[in-house]
Amino acid sequence: MIDSELAALYQDIIIDHNKSPRNFREIPPPRHQADGYNPLCGDRLNVYLTLDGDRISDVSFKGSGCAISVASASLMTEALKGRTVSEAEALFERMHALLTGQETGSQDIELGKLEALAGVRAYPSRVKCATLAWHTVQSALAEDPQAVSTE
Amino acid sequence: MAVTDPTLINSLSDPAALRKDFPALHQSVRNHALVYLDNAATTQKPESVIDAEADYYRHDNANVHRGVHTLSERATAGYEHARDALARFIGAESASEIVFTRGTTEAINLVAGAWGPENIGPDDEILLSELEHHSNIVPWQLLAKRTGARIVVVPIDERGNVPLDGYRERLNKRTKLVAIAHVSNALGTVNPIPEMIRLAHQAGARVLVDGAQAVGHLPVNVAALDCDFYTLSGHKMYAPMGIGALYMRQDIAANMPPWQGGGDMIRTVRFEESTYADPPQRFEAGTPNVGGAIGLHAAIKYLDAIGMQALEDAENQVLQYALTRLLEVPGLRLVGEPDRRIGVISFEIEGIHPHDLGTLLDHSGVAIRTGHHCAMPVMEHYGVPATARASLGLYNTTEDADSLVAALIEAREIFNR
Repeated sequence: MIDSELAALYQDIIIDHNKSPRNFREIPPPRHQADGYNPLCGDRLNVYLTLDGDRISDVSFKGSGCAISVASASLMTEALKGRTVSEAEALFERMHALLTGQETGSQDIELGKLEALAGVRAYPSRVKCATLAWHTVQSALAEDPQAVSTE
Repeated sequence: MAVTDPTLINSLSDPAALRKDFPALHQSVRNHALVYLDNAATTQKPESVIDAEADYYRHDNANVHRGVHTLSERATAGYEHARDALARFIGAESASEIVFTRGTTEAINLVAGAWGPENIGPDDEILLSELEHHSNIVPWQLLAKRTGARIVVVPIDERGNVPLDGYRERLNKRTKLVAIAHVSNALGTVNPIPEMIRLAHQAGARVLVDGAQAVGHLPVNVAALDCDFYTLSGHKMYAPMGIGALYMRQDIAANMPPWQGGGDMIRTVRFEESTYADPPQRFEAGTPNVGGAIGLHAAIKYLDAIGMQALEDAENQVLQYALTRLLEVPGLRLVGEPDRRIGVISFEIEGIHPHDLGTLLDHSGVAIRTGHHCAMPVMEHYGVPATARASLGLYNTTEDADSLVAALIEAREIFNR
C-alpha cells in the first residue's frame, strides 16, 4: 500500500515526466548553456536556452538523474518557454519557496503544474534534486561558464 | 578473553534473541518494522556498548595519563585495557602497536602525514586498487602532490575483483607503498590480502590495509597477514562513532616522527626543542576519546563471545540467500559479482534511479544506502552514477532479505504504474 507522503512525492505527473521528459534535447549553438551537478547523488543536467530579446524563446535539457531531478527539469522547461527573464526569476523564487516550505515568494506568478513538486518538502535530502535544474538555468541565463553544484 | 556478562550475549543460532541486544533495531519507520541493511555505512550498537560508554561518563570520567587521583587512574586503566583488547582481537604482538584514532580516515591520514614524507620521494610509486574508498585515495594524492610521487592504480575486472596478475605487473622497485582495502565497501570484494602483502614485501614495498569493512565481519590477524599498517573504524564493528585505530608494526612505529603535536605525545618540551614519547603515545596528541575506546572494548567482548568465524559463516548464509532471492526481482542487475565477498550487495533496478529507490524502500521501513559510496572510480568503472547497496550485519536474517525483496517489487510497481 502506497502511503500518502509517498504518493504526494511520486505523483503521476512526476512519474510521467521522468519516463518521458519534455524538451529533452540539446539546442545547437549559439545558445546559453550550463552544467548542473549534484555530487551527493551524481545527478548531472545540461540546460540550454535561447533568448529573443529578454524572452526565453526555447529551453531544453539533457542529462541523467533521479525521477525528482529529471521531472523537475522537464516541468521547468515547459514552464519557462515564452517567459521573460524577470518572469523566470520570479518563478524560481516561488519554486524555491514551495520546495523549502517558506511561502514567501511573489504570488503574482502561477506555478501551475510545478505545484506537483511540493511533495519534496517532506524529504529534506531530496530538495536539492528538485532545485538542481533551476539553479542550472539561472547559471545559463547568467552565462556562467562554470558547472553549477548544489553543494 | 573472559566474557564479563554472558547473559548479554546470545548465540547466532537464535537471531531473534540476538536482535534484542540492539535497541535501535526495535522501532518502526514509516509504520513498518525497521529492516536495517546499511551496515557498511555504520552498524547499530548493542546495549552493552552503549552502557559501557555511558557508565564511563557516569562514574569514571577523568583525563588519562595525567592525574594521580582515583578517577584518572580508572579512566587510564579503562583506556589502556581497551588498547590491550584491540591488540589481541586483531592479532597484534603488542598493545604498543595500536594507536587510537577517530577512525579509518584519520588512521590513513596519520600514515600519509607522518610516515609518508619520510619514506616516499619524487618518482616513487604508491600502488592503489580501483575499488578503494575515497579515504584510501585522497590522502595519497595529497602526499603525492607534496612529494612528487606517483599514484599507480590496479584496475578491477568486470566482476569487481582486483586481479593478482594486474597487481603483480604494477609492483616494481619504485613502489614504496601498497594501500589496499581488505574488503570493498562498494562491492563487498574480499581482496587476496595475504598474497598481495607477500608480493609487495618481495618488491620491497610497505603495505597499508584499509580494514574498515573487514574487522566486524571476518577474523583478522595482522601478525599472520604480516601487514605493516592496518586501519579500522569502531563504528563499523558495533562500537561508537569517533573511535578507530591504526595498527603499526613496532619497528615502523619506533622510527616514525609524530603527526600532530600537543599534550600526551611528548617526553620533554623546551622552546629550543621537544622530545617525543614512545609509540603509541607519540601519535596520540591531545585528550583521546576515552569513552569511545571503552565502548570499543565492549564491542570486542561482544564479538569475541560470538566468535568471528561463526559470525562470518552466519552472515555468509544470509548473503547467499539474499543473492538468490534478489535475482527474482525483475529488472534487477547486480553491480559486481566478486569471487569472494562479504555481505555487501550493490545493485540497480532498470528504470528506477538508486536515489528514488532509497526513498521508496524507506517507506517500507527498509534502510539501504544509495549513491556512489565514496568510491567514485568504482561507479565510473561500471558506468553508473550511483548504485543501491544493501549491507549485512550480525543481526540480519533471511527474513530481512525477504523484506528487501518485497520492498523492491513494490517500488517497481509504484514506478511502473
